Amino acid sequence: MLSKRYPQTLPGRDLHLIFSLSYLSFLVLLPLGFLILSLQGVSLEEAGRILFSRRAIAAFRVSFSLSFYAAIIDLFLGVIIAWVLVKYEFLGKNFFDSIVDLPFAMPTAISGIALATLYSEEGWIGQVLTKAGIEVSYTPSGILIALIFVGLPFAVRAVQPAVEALDVDMEEAAASLGAKRPAILGRIVFPQLLPSMITGLTMSFARGLGEYGSVIFIAGNIPYVSEIVPLLIVVELDQFNFKAATVLAVAMLLLSFLLLVSLGLIGHQLRKRYG
Amino acid sequence: MKCKLLFLFFLLLPLKILCGQRDLEAIRRDLARKEGTPSTKSSLEILNVSYDPTREFYDDYNAIFKKWWKQKTNQNLRIIQSHGASAKQARAVMSGLDADVVSLALAFDIDAIQHSTGIVGDEWQKRLPNQSSPYFSTIVFLVRKGNPKNIHDWGDLVREGVQIVTPNPKTSGGGRWGYLAAWAWAMEATGQQPDLAKEYMKKLFANAPVLDTGARGSTTNFFLRKKGDVLISWENEAYLMIDKMGRDRVEIVYPSLSIRAEPPVAWLEQIVDKKGTQDAAEFYLKYLYSLTAQELIARHHFRPYDSQVALQYEKKFPKIPLISIEELGGWDSIQKLHFGEGGIFDEVYLSEKE
Repeated sequence: MLSKRYPQTLPGRDLHLIFSLSYLSFLVLLPLGFLILSLQGVSLEEAGRILFSRRAIAAFRVSFSLSFYAAIIDLFLGVIIAWVLVKYEFLGKNFFDSIVDLPFAMPTAISGIALATLYSEEGWIGQVLTKAGIEVSYTPSGILIALIFVGLPFAVRAVQPAVEALDVDMEEAAASLGAKRPAILGRIVFPQLLPSMITGLTMSFARGLGEYGSVIFIAGNIPYVSEIVPLLIVVELDQFNFKAATVLAVAMLLLSFLLLVSLGLIGHQLRKRYG
Repeated sequence: MKCKLLFLFFLLLPLKILCGQRDLEAIRRDLARKEGTPSTKSSLEILNVSYDPTREFYDDYNAIFKKWWKQKTNQNLRIIQSHGASAKQARAVMSGLDADVVSLALAFDIDAIQHSTGIVGDEWQKRLPNQSSPYFSTIVFLVRKGNPKNIHDWGDLVREGVQIVTPNPKTSGGGRWGYLAAWAWAMEATGQQPDLAKEYMKKLFANAPVLDTGARGSTTNFFLRKKGDVLISWENEAYLMIDKMGRDRVEIVYPSLSIRAEPPVAWLEQIVDKKGTQDAAEFYLKYLYSLTAQELIARHHFRPYDSQVALQYEKKFPKIPLISIEELGGWDSIQKLHFGEGGIFDEVYLSEKE
């Protein structure tokens, strides 16, 4: 009887449920709801004109494509880093494990300034790249670098637990049955990691879409070329075009939400299949 | 055309000074007569919400005003400063920051506060001399020492191989003044033909590899990352940079025509009423027109409104023709024509892409 009443370690289930849901709504849904409410008085036609202006379309393209590329690169790097951190023993492992989180903690403006300086024509890395004819700071590649930087911890931290949980017995069993390395990787390891990889991809993608601070320092911020949607929103605000800023923000919100939900669903399906 | 305008400018200059300086006398009589204050509190606090380049000036000004106020009213005054990009500061005030006074980069920003909230008061620009601008400044070029790219005027900026550094006119007050100065020159150089002037603007911005969101950001790019050959800058920022970075790295070039940038000040009627700071806020701004403050203004590299102080600093601030916002049609029409949706600034970039 008692065990049925208190199935959880934390007592007071209902209270907690109500508390956390209302807290979550208060912190997250209220501001977002307010944003959507402030759309009132914007006609559909007006919203369409704002969203489909060439400048907005260009900004959406820059934001979504670069965030996606950055997330893919983060995922690739993230899996390798997570693998190394989990599977190998080496000097300073704890140190390297903790610096993975630094981009989380660093004020993004500082990362942006540091990156812009490093990659500018006079900077340490930029000097070498300039000689090779590659320009990074103040171009879309600069944005990509900044987004890779801020998104990396998300990819690493999402994949790391899955690497830890990998079933070594299964790998050994496969090896003893004569499977070669590529087969083990492709048919045993990869399916186990895939759901977390999708999570990592989603999170660094989402981070990239919302990033503002570090990008504006390293992007040239040239309209149609290196202008991201968050900057366009700030540009509209600075001109007191609150309507346009709201429309852009809501569009960004909806698109990101759709993306997160669909990627989440894919992850869920994969987990059901392999998990 | 150029000659005619120049002639008109010098013809109107004394006229403007004569009309203007009479308000200055009136306000100084006001300041001299000041004794006591209706507020009986022993100490008072006011908040001045300002834009970026005035940081150093208001530090000094607040100190001298506090002393003056204490001497006149026996009241201790605390002045809190807030600095940031002009439009952002205006937005903070709109969404409820209780500023007693605002001192922003453009009248457009204070107008925006008034339009959206009505707290500034109608006709705020008529309450103080010179449309509530105690000083003005202009846009100049900063080039690397020795002027290696041989830059002397706006026309030189569109040459191939010249890189310019300027903030984004849509996000930065300084950027907007710089853009308008370039436009004014282009209109004059092409005999008032907008199509040709647009061509010039296209070439100009094609030479700008970075558009920073604020004036200080551009200055950093120019100095620390050695980006570009010319920085299009506020005159006072240019002097400040020379003070800080030394004369051996850059020099100032004055173009043949620039803009008269008049950053205005205003007290916010409804807020000072609510806080009971009307008297202090009003005199805080009026004192900006005193001889002491006008000299301080000039020392901080802003051009003083007082013609006598201006005369003293004549060598420092070369006389070049400065076109005013009114001559360009006023903020409302400028905003629509250049920076609004599908305005000339958008066009400049669009056709470059195609």
